[in-house]
Amino acid sequence: MLADKDRIFTNLYGRHDWRLAGARARGDWDGTKELMDMGQDWIIDEMKRSGLRGRGGAGFPTGLKWSFMPKVESERPHYLVVNADEGEPGTCKDRDMLRYDPHKLIEGCLLASFAMRAHACYIYIRGEFYNEASNLQVAIDEAYDAGLIGNNSCGSGWKFDLYLHRGAGAYICGEETALIESLEGRKGQPRLKPPFPAGVGLYGCPTTVNNVESIAVAPTILRRGASWFQSFGRPNNAGTKVFCISGNVNRPCNVEDAMSIPLKELIEKHCGGVRGGWDNLQAVIPGGASVPVLPKSICDTVLMDFDALRDVKSGLGTAAVMVMDKSVDVVAAISRLSTFYQHESCGQCTPCREGTGWLARVMKRMVKGEANLSEIDTLEQVTYQIEGHTICALGDAAAWPVQGLIRHFRPELERRIREYRDAKTRDKAAA
Amino acid sequence: MSARVMAENQPESFKFRAEFLERAHRIIAKYPSSRQASAVIPLLDLAQRQEGWVSRAAMEHVGEMLDMASIRVMEVATFYTMFKLAPAGRNHLQVCTSLSCWLRGSNDVVKACKEKLGIGFGEVTPDGAFSMEEVECAGACVNAPVVAVGDDYYEDVDYASTGKLIEALRRGEKLPNHGSVTGRDGSAPAGDKTSLTDDPTIKIPKQDLAAAKAAFEKAKADAAAKAAAPPPPPPKPANPAP
Repeated sequence: MLADKDRIFTNLYGRHDWRLAGARARGDWDGTKELMDMGQDWIIDEMKRSGLRGRGGAGFPTGLKWSFMPKVESERPHYLVVNADEGEPGTCKDRDMLRYDPHKLIEGCLLASFAMRAHACYIYIRGEFYNEASNLQVAIDEAYDAGLIGNNSCGSGWKFDLYLHRGAGAYICGEETALIESLEGRKGQPRLKPPFPAGVGLYGCPTTVNNVESIAVAPTILRRGASWFQSFGRPNNAGTKVFCISGNVNRPCNVEDAMSIPLKELIEKHCGGVRGGWDNLQAVIPGGASVPVLPKSICDTVLMDFDALRDVKSGLGTAAVMVMDKSVDVVAAISRLSTFYQHESCGQCTPCREGTGWLARVMKRMVKGEANLSEIDTLEQVTYQIEGHTICALGDAAAWPVQGLIRHFRPELERRIREYRDAKTRDKAAA
Repeated sequence: MSARVMAENQPESFKFRAEFLERAHRIIAKYPSSRQASAVIPLLDLAQRQEGWVSRAAMEHVGEMLDMASIRVMEVATFYTMFKLAPAGRNHLQVCTSLSCWLRGSNDVVKACKEKLGIGFGEVTPDGAFSMEEVECAGACVNAPVVAVGDDYYEDVDYASTGKLIEALRRGEKLPNHGSVTGRDGSAPAGDKTSLTDDPTIKIPKQDLAAAKAAFEKAKADAAAKAAAPPPPPPKPANPAP
């Protein structure tokens, strides 16, 4: 298990002062100018060597993403946009960083912006996080007043402005191009790629969109070194990670631990185990609502990292672990997620707009068993009609939970359909 | 998609009060000149904070301030679910029923709200004191179930504690601090600590930046030399073992 000395988010639970004085005592803003003096190329190289993969769900290497930005400034300014539109069901890690460790994020914004030659950064925070936004704004103001950001950030001569922008309730704005659209004052409907944001992003300028956690860990990685971060987790899955474990565990919590920790260890060590014991486990969604559900047999041994979860046809996503014990109606649980995607589809692409509604309606019938056996296959086929046929990944995200359910719980679906049919037949006979 | 329509009864006009207008100008200044449309969501939010909801007149007013066609503002106002398109109660309750909350008993929370208030989702009590709404993931999943009162999240709630919150609101009492109603520190596990027991101000070891810089420069020079050197004569051994 990870030791406290190797934890990045030392105020994850808000037990200490989150403001500048407290943050400095915990090592934030320590030698920031010296890190900037190392130069843009070194910062990007160090981030690449750290092996950090984006913490927003897709797991794209962060350093590589930064290197896509133009190497020279032109008349089009560069922008860093931080995605704090956290809303993937099960995920609540960024919230703790925003409210309890805001200076880690602000320092990360400065270093990342400097590395990508951006003089302005917008943090797009979901509108519901009002109190979190208040804390963050206080911290931004403190950083300006202390000269850490502004016209001469940390005395480096780099001009850097940081702005907080609140959203207004739309899950889709967590998709990077939808977020840019929203930030420009429009409906959050994703853009076609290419062009990618690194070429044409916010206001048509080179832009990189990163998750809160990806940016907030950067200062510590640069201070302690890429090899320190690399030393946790398996190759290609480096680092520490904040996991959110919710649902039927005895003590749900957020916790930072090493990547590649076994799922069972994570739940038993930090969450007091599954309610009713490990053998009472039915299924786990290991990475937020978008990734396929796993049955207990896989949960017994699976590791929590990108590659291990991909190998079992699920995903690490945002590392939001949703645990379901045997008392849970797993079909109803997935049906709930289908309702979510129906609600959150932006309506731009037909397969998603119509498909998510279709999935939600059929899933509601599947909960009761009010269907024909052949409809299970139809349902699965429809998910493949949505997946990959839309501008953004919301369509895929709507399809995967249903695919996971059919892959691992088909007998349960069939049992319900048979029971429903038998009950109907009995009613008819009685009448 | 969620279908959202504007209320039938609309006020004649809308204007920001002085203090809201000042905030609006501060917000507009965050964005590059000619990109003031970026401020549309924050300004609609301000309008809602002033009036309790976003009327058609407010949308038009915001459009004028930002030099946007009012249809563009309406598109935004009807797309984002935090904008209330009809008057809501003085206390607006948002109950999360998404998966993590559902797994930990959000049905009981919904039941408590419905029983105590006598209304359903999307409705306002006759005295205008309360309204309630079902929301998709509030983003506080390890503190589920969650009910938001205005801007404040109340976490780890159940049937009884939700009922108490509503009664306190009805009596006009000041609510307890927002956050976990069971007294957890943020998202920490209840009971014994499993992490973060050390003093967080203990100095962390830092890398030797001079050495790191030297290694970086050497690697860069090596790569440049390799690129400049004439290509080695074929045949080249394929993927030599490291």
